[in-house]
Amino acid sequence: MVLTVLGAAVLVVAAVIVAELLRVGGPSLAQTGLWSFVKNSVWDVTRDVYGALPFIYGTLVTSGVALLLALPVSVGLALFLTEMAPPRVRSIVSFPISLLAGIPSVVYGLWGLFVLVPLLRRPVEPLLARTHLPIFTGAPIGLGYLAAGIVLAIMILPTITSIAIEVLRTVPGSLREAALALGATRWEAIRTAVLPYARTGIIGATMLGLGRALGETMAVTMVIGNSPTIRASLFAPGYTLPAVIANEFAEASGAQQTGALAALGLLLFAVTVLLNIAARLLVRAVRRGPARVAA
Amino acid sequence: MKSLGLRRGVNWAMTALCALALLVALVPLASLLWLVISRGLAGLSWDFFTSTPAPVGESGGGVANAIAGTLYIVGIACLIGVPLGVGAGVYLAERGDGPLGGAIRFTAEVLSGVPSIIIGIVAYALVVLPMRRFSALAGGVALAVLMVPTLARSTEELVRLVPRSLREASLALGVSEWRTSLSVVLRTALGGILTAILLAVARAAGETAPLLFTALNNQYWNLRADQPTASLTVQIYNYAVSPYQDWHDKAWSAALVLLLLVGTLSLAARLLARNRFR
Repeated sequence: MVLTVLGAAVLVVAAVIVAELLRVGGPSLAQTGLWSFVKNSVWDVTRDVYGALPFIYGTLVTSGVALLLALPVSVGLALFLTEMAPPRVRSIVSFPISLLAGIPSVVYGLWGLFVLVPLLRRPVEPLLARTHLPIFTGAPIGLGYLAAGIVLAIMILPTITSIAIEVLRTVPGSLREAALALGATRWEAIRTAVLPYARTGIIGATMLGLGRALGETMAVTMVIGNSPTIRASLFAPGYTLPAVIANEFAEASGAQQTGALAALGLLLFAVTVLLNIAARLLVRAVRRGPARVAA
Repeated sequence: MKSLGLRRGVNWAMTALCALALLVALVPLASLLWLVISRGLAGLSWDFFTSTPAPVGESGGGVANAIAGTLYIVGIACLIGVPLGVGAGVYLAERGDGPLGGAIRFTAEVLSGVPSIIIGIVAYALVVLPMRRFSALAGGVALAVLMVPTLARSTEELVRLVPRSLREASLALGVSEWRTSLSVVLRTALGGILTAILLAVARAAGETAPLLFTALNNQYWNLRADQPTASLTVQIYNYAVSPYQDWHDKAWSAALVLLLLVGTLSLAARLLARNRFR
């Protein structure tokens, strides 16, 4: 009985989170209406106009850049550690990777602000600007979507890598051996036997990484430039959902602004919870052992 | 059919690419650690650990109140979060095979993915609004809420390692089920659970976002639970985004202190875990 009460504490905590978020953010959301809140691209505190679109856009762009950069590196790293490297390398490398996961996000922000941003300002962004792509235009100020995306990529790398490693370990050795026995090279065995089998799990790992990127606050706040605008260029400063909450919540000028910020929090909460539920279900299905054999 | 040479070449190239991924992952880590250590050490002095922040332009000053504040807030978080988290974990391991257990386990997994800034809003609504002021208590509540799901999951895994025979021996002696859980099973798993708690504390000590509008910050000493309280992480943030060079230097030094704190906790946890399984 005592135990059941303690166990139910987790459910109570979840219920409290939902109830409190609804209490603070709900009225403001209900007043504006979800759709007009989401599609309004103006965030002007002085006029009490609160639209969520710049933040949603910024969150999606930075997380997208982060995934684009982190996914190939994480999967490559996971493949290297599980399929290619000798066991000794694996045990040596697993420590720094776990270290990467344990560094507080404000320290990543510090590094991003004083190392990455100057590096982007010169020489990286001027070099990228030579490609004349619309996403690489404008003044190379360093602070912006690109900087935030890169910092996020570094931060979600250990998340995706560790789950991908876990998933790759569930691939039965017989599949790999069958491919090798048919004359496949090691890479061909990975491509034709290992990766198709692990695909679902790697998608799950990616979604968990994405969930982390969407909600990451400090590091992004410090390097994104904090400007509630929507720009196509990755060089431009932007804003994300968690960043605007971090910057404005403590100093919100009135109940309306607090309500709007909490409504942004509610949106972020809903999205990350849905993403996490989907991802956990996927990863869980893989862990439980597959009923299917990949083609 | 592609030639064998080509296929071998592709194999070699892909292996090289994957090895390159390792390098790409390690470069930022090395750069970050090197800078935190080198730039952080430059500003470290005895003063840094014993005095409160100095105003802009004045030399000296430290983060003593922020170090104390972090420990204080994390302490409050432990008081609330550890019993709940560990209790829930024991429940999951002992009684968690039914549908309720499944629901709790899944909820804990999903909750551990909720952004910490969201938890900050919750603690704000729960503590700051009714009290009408920012406080160490609010920060502690935020960190406690963050601790519960992870602690529940790790405790469950550790308690499941306790042999069935111990549990059965206790039950056979007529001890009630929950007493068995608490004084036989939990005690056996205690070393492991301490490890889990230390890791949770290390994680909580590194959190910034949930403290921004709960514990806020404070330039002076404070050990009252109902007052705004400094923390290392928030102090690093404020120093870093300030326009002053000497505050930037302090941010690096404070970051070094924070990494040392978090690193020591994680290392202690690892050592504890190793001794247990020897």
